[in-house]
Amino acid sequence: MTFDYAPAPESRSVVDIAPSYGLFIDGEFVDPIDGATFKTVNPATEEALAEVTEAGPLDVDRAVRAARTAYRTTWSRMPGSERAKYLYRIARLIQERSRELAVLETLDNGKPIRESRDVDIPLAAAHFFYHAGWADKLEYAGYGTRAYGVAGQVIPWNFPLLMLAWKIAPALACGNTVVLKPAETTPLTALAFADICRQADLPPGVVNIVTGDGATGRALVEHPDVDKVAFTGSTEVGRQIQRAVAGTRKGLTLELGGKAANIVFDDAPLDEAVEGVVNGIFFNQGHVCCAGSRLLVQESVADEVLDALKRRLSTLRLGDPLDKNTDVGAINSAEQRARIEELVRAGDDEGAERWSAACALPERGWWFPPTVFTGVTQAHRIAREEIFGPVLAVLTFRTPDEAVEKANNTPFGLSAGVWSEKGSRTLWMASRLRAGVIWANTFNRFDPAAPFGGYKESGFGREGGRQGLAAYLRTEG
Amino acid sequence: MTATEARIDGVPARMSEVAESDARLRRLLHGLPGVDQVGAEARAAMLATRSVKAASKEQALDLAISMVDLTTLEGMDTPGKVRALCSKGLRPDPTDPTVPAVAAICVYGDMAALAREAVGDRLHVAAVATAFPSGRASLAVKLQDTADAVANGADEIDMVIDRGAFLAGRYLEVFEEIVAVKQACGAAHLKVIFETGELRTYDNVRRASWLAMLAGADFIKTSTGKVSPAATPPVTLVLLEAVRDWFRETGVRVGVKPAGGIRTAKDAIRYLVMVKETCGDAWLTPDLFRFGASSLLNDLLLQRQRMLTGHYSGPDYVTMD
Repeated sequence: MTFDYAPAPESRSVVDIAPSYGLFIDGEFVDPIDGATFKTVNPATEEALAEVTEAGPLDVDRAVRAARTAYRTTWSRMPGSERAKYLYRIARLIQERSRELAVLETLDNGKPIRESRDVDIPLAAAHFFYHAGWADKLEYAGYGTRAYGVAGQVIPWNFPLLMLAWKIAPALACGNTVVLKPAETTPLTALAFADICRQADLPPGVVNIVTGDGATGRALVEHPDVDKVAFTGSTEVGRQIQRAVAGTRKGLTLELGGKAANIVFDDAPLDEAVEGVVNGIFFNQGHVCCAGSRLLVQESVADEVLDALKRRLSTLRLGDPLDKNTDVGAINSAEQRARIEELVRAGDDEGAERWSAACALPERGWWFPPTVFTGVTQAHRIAREEIFGPVLAVLTFRTPDEAVEKANNTPFGLSAGVWSEKGSRTLWMASRLRAGVIWANTFNRFDPAAPFGGYKESGFGREGGRQGLAAYLRTEG
Repeated sequence: MTATEARIDGVPARMSEVAESDARLRRLLHGLPGVDQVGAEARAAMLATRSVKAASKEQALDLAISMVDLTTLEGMDTPGKVRALCSKGLRPDPTDPTVPAVAAICVYGDMAALAREAVGDRLHVAAVATAFPSGRASLAVKLQDTADAVANGADEIDMVIDRGAFLAGRYLEVFEEIVAVKQACGAAHLKVIFETGELRTYDNVRRASWLAMLAGADFIKTSTGKVSPAATPPVTLVLLEAVRDWFRETGVRVGVKPAGGIRTAKDAIRYLVMVKETCGDAWLTPDLFRFGASSLLNDLLLQRQRMLTGHYSGPDYVTMD
């Protein structure tokens, strides 16, 4: 008897996408001064979803002025317990509208509905709940209670609403007002969030959303009246921002790229380790800055782990992101797929052995099959550069020292994973790995109470936890 | 009897050779990869989110019905009750002949003859044996219990392991008991019940699975249904991983039977999803996967009626036995 999954698409009717969107400034949607627009596209179908405004320098200036006024006249004067009420209200609204937000995120980003429904949206709500709790307790956190003022925030396209929550929730809890620029390819949930701010009666100007591309982001971070810049994205853009901010009084936190090692010892719980490796690099099509893109597996179990991994990857279901049974969705943009293809070609050229799960790719949209490279060495580009796609580079090691050496031998330092049933070894490893987050017998687990951030070229500053508050409070003199 | 003499067909010599002392068995069983509790539970929870609808749900419901070991294991069981159960198993929905029969009728050994008489060779008759459910009796009594059930017509024996011996680390004793019961079974298939609710840890469940397969089990089964917790998705996942790995090691396919606490069609479908995504389609057959259940069948029937008619009926539209 056969048993296959019939298509189980989540309904699109729960979202109401407007044909075009303005900018959310001072509590309302406004037309731009400069006037250019661009289309945001569903990466799974290449269908245009809506027309979105390209905010120019004058629009950004207007948004920053609105944020400044709101900071001066209301938000900085409001007790923490009152700010908390708004944050709780926003958190509840995200929960109430979670189905709509999940579908919207999947349409705009291409990620599977299972992930937007079970990870992105619940975590976004959790970040607002968590930071609402801090708003009236800042003096106990140990970083003082002085907000920066106006925060300019630029976020990436891989977790659009979740990254928004990571930025806006702590900023507001600490008493800042914000101007946020969502990524060019994924603005829709940020615009839906603007509506949530209205629903929550958030005072006008406390949150402003300006859409646009890199030029809009540059105008925002370079605006002289921005007090604090927070950026999540590529290391290259992070460098440009740090240069732009240098010599100003602006505070800066950067959360940049990564090339995390997922280290599997021979005494690991192997079934769960394989799940963790899959989750580490194929979750969200590998569009995760802390993705476990390098598998370091102890040579004695390498064959067994690789066999199990390939077997498991063959069961991954790639296709319509709105289908509730889809595990791997679409690549967010043609540019990103081109970047993945370039690095995969480099892997082939440099002599690594490529294996891809046999899955049919849809004809329209941008896709890439789950791919594993074996025979990779530290010298290969695919072991050094961030691919930001569903591509795993497998290396082996013989001893714990060698594992540490290889794991740390990268300019990045965002995350790492250690798989072993031996607690003492896990702790020994954790004290030597230079990465901001180290997972033990799990990977890609996030919690608003756990600080997240990088070492080295993965950036600085922490998001989440008590430590994350320091990013939005003036701690110096 | 020595373990070497007791070697079972289908178990490679190099594997049963470890069964010569507690120490050698311990080294093998404790050398298996551990099970990370959080990870295993997360995997089972993720698989529970699969959405099975429309045609795939129809397939799954019929498949699940054909995998039911329709069970009554009560002190108050009577010939009348067992006969009723048998006729229900043969034709689960009297109004719809397209409903498949269940896989087996599962009773105590003294009822096996009655069940066999009622179902002929149209269904399997499974009998619990070996001082079910506690397993607290001498080996001689357990073997007699088994032989008696087989003589009464059971072609499947559901035995319980000695959890006390297992938890005390007397693996060889558990192993030899399974081997002996398997011999007493003759041609009857042997299902080995672990009572996972008493083994407590997933590591123990994985070790018990390998121990039973080494000793020649045809099926490994979670629970008696008399201890809570009985079957759970993560425990069943660990069993499924064990039979999958055993097949890769030996080429022999061992079956899995979660039992106890599976009452709804929705739960049953979640188990089928777990079988499919852990062991593959080859295990989606009553020869390799069973549900030990009593009330589950009626919910499967109600859901099936709903698929056909478009509306829910009620408990009065399925037979209560």
